[in-house]
Amino acid sequence: MKLTQGTFSFLPDLTDDEIKAQIQYAMDQGWALNVEYTDDPHPRNTYWELWCQPMFDTTDPAAVMMEVAECRKVYGNMYIKVNSFDNTRGRETVSMSFIVNRPKDEPGFGVSREESHGRNIRYRIHSYATDKPEGRRYE
Amino acid sequence: MGDELKGADRYKSGVLEYKKMGYWQPDYEPKDTDVIACFRMEPQEGVPADELAAAVAGESSTATWTVVWTDRLTASELYRAKAYRVDKVPNTENQYFAYIAYDLDLFEPDSIANLTASIIGNVFGMKAVKALRLEDMRMPVAYLKTFQGPATGIEVERERMDKFGRPLLGATVKPKLGLSGRNYGRVVYEALKGGLDFTKDDENINSQPFMHWRDRFLFAMEGITRAEAATGEVKGHYMNVTAGTVEEMIKRAEFAHELGSIVIMIDLVIGYSAIQSMAKWARAHDMILHLHRAGNSTYSRQKNHGMNFRVICKWMRMAGVDHIHAGTVVGKLEGDPAMITGFYDTLTKTHTPLSLETGLFFDQDWASLNKVMPVASGGIHAGQMHQLLHHLGEDVVLQFGGGTIGHPDGIQAGATANRVALEAMIQARNEGRDYLAEGPEILAKAAKWCSPLQAALDTWKDITFDYASTDTPDFVPQANTSV
Repeated sequence: MKLTQGTFSFLPDLTDDEIKAQIQYAMDQGWALNVEYTDDPHPRNTYWELWCQPMFDTTDPAAVMMEVAECRKVYGNMYIKVNSFDNTRGRETVSMSFIVNRPKDEPGFGVSREESHGRNIRYRIHSYATDKPEGRRYE
Repeated sequence: MGDELKGADRYKSGVLEYKKMGYWQPDYEPKDTDVIACFRMEPQEGVPADELAAAVAGESSTATWTVVWTDRLTASELYRAKAYRVDKVPNTENQYFAYIAYDLDLFEPDSIANLTASIIGNVFGMKAVKALRLEDMRMPVAYLKTFQGPATGIEVERERMDKFGRPLLGATVKPKLGLSGRNYGRVVYEALKGGLDFTKDDENINSQPFMHWRDRFLFAMEGITRAEAATGEVKGHYMNVTAGTVEEMIKRAEFAHELGSIVIMIDLVIGYSAIQSMAKWARAHDMILHLHRAGNSTYSRQKNHGMNFRVICKWMRMAGVDHIHAGTVVGKLEGDPAMITGFYDTLTKTHTPLSLETGLFFDQDWASLNKVMPVASGGIHAGQMHQLLHHLGEDVVLQFGGGTIGHPDGIQAGATANRVALEAMIQARNEGRDYLAEGPEILAKAAKWCSPLQAALDTWKDITFDYASTDTPDFVPQANTSV
């Protein structure tokens, strides 16, 4: 499967030039960017690991690209995303979030069902990657 | 001052012009805490505009048709609404904008029903008015602070769904009537798996002989969960809980909650108090609350009667819904682009300055009330993506019902076409391209590697709904209408 979280997951994987253009756009809006990675892409895994904190004072997209490259070196077979943060009053949350790296094989998710009272079903979405211990999930 | 009488002359038994009773105060300067309303009035022959404005002020506040001495037992001058300004509507024969200020103490906190019983109560039936329309209202911050506002709000909705930087995508299940629960859930699954964020019940799908509500909810939940697992994304289906009583709606909402649904839906026709009840329930149950504006056009579309939709947007933001259908500009339903900009700004900004071009008569501070996500639905398709993004911006749910389900290669293909078109357009916009002018080219390029998009473009390439709008702003650019 292909994980389709993020702003651009239905497009072919972005090239580095395309990633840089998006970072430039975010910086032009005054947003701070950071890089996060995970080996558990469950739809409700909100907190991916911080590769770096939002770079509030950086105005050069190359600096963010450097972090992406460094992160890929270490976690090249995990999911990596770039986020931007808008601190404008009334927004104050993530303004963009897009995947810039994927594991070679994306095992996806299974659904397990527990028959409950009446016709109710308790669903559980299960990330196959997490069948292995943390750190060895995409070996 | 107006023609107000004072003291014993004012309170002599009998009938008095409203102006003389004190409802016309041309020198009045509205207080920051006043509620202000702007009406479009058409007087009956022989009724002067300022007298009619006074009558509207009177009937929507303390007056009755004759003088009553019991006024003198009260702080009546405070409670009297004050018509303080009347402007001729540009390019009309006999229409006027009347501005009326109401003291905050005339209204019960946190009650749209109470507000509307005054502002759109008896006044619309008065014989002296030939036609009347509520154009806009200014809500004071002190009053807004008594309302909960949207149960979730745009930012929290995005955080819960983990979707940022682009409009959300949805589709209304079609045909809207007649599908069985099992077949209905199939459409939900296909559309969500193909790339949409939401699917939706239509306004009139509640619990009919062909599909009772519990079946719809159960099968929809199976479709949602399967699609979530297939994509790794958070998805939802607006479960319409509209029913004959609030008790029944709460029962259905509780079932949706028990099943793990993230969103429920109500129709505008359930009424203001029911909407407020459901908004409070939604806040307490972490539920996004979608509102379909069923019924609004019966009183909002025609220029000389009823009320402008921007007023409904304001009331619904106060009442606490998270989504409201607010027009598409390019689709099948009524919508002048400037007016729709005004509706969207009303729903999504923290502060809206006076802007007559977009129909906003007042400067409005939203007092940190959450934002409402506008929904664009009705006759839109992937080939219009550049126009939709241009007119409606990023904070909107774009709903392609026919434009998803009617796709020649199936529902999943239809959903994928919409999602690819959207992401390609966002990418182009962010890269600084003139996406409005280059839109067709951007879509054609994406269609080269995405055959579902190509099929969508081929099917709907020239479909537009190009009719004159009935509801347009009336203003002359140099008019100075500040308060």
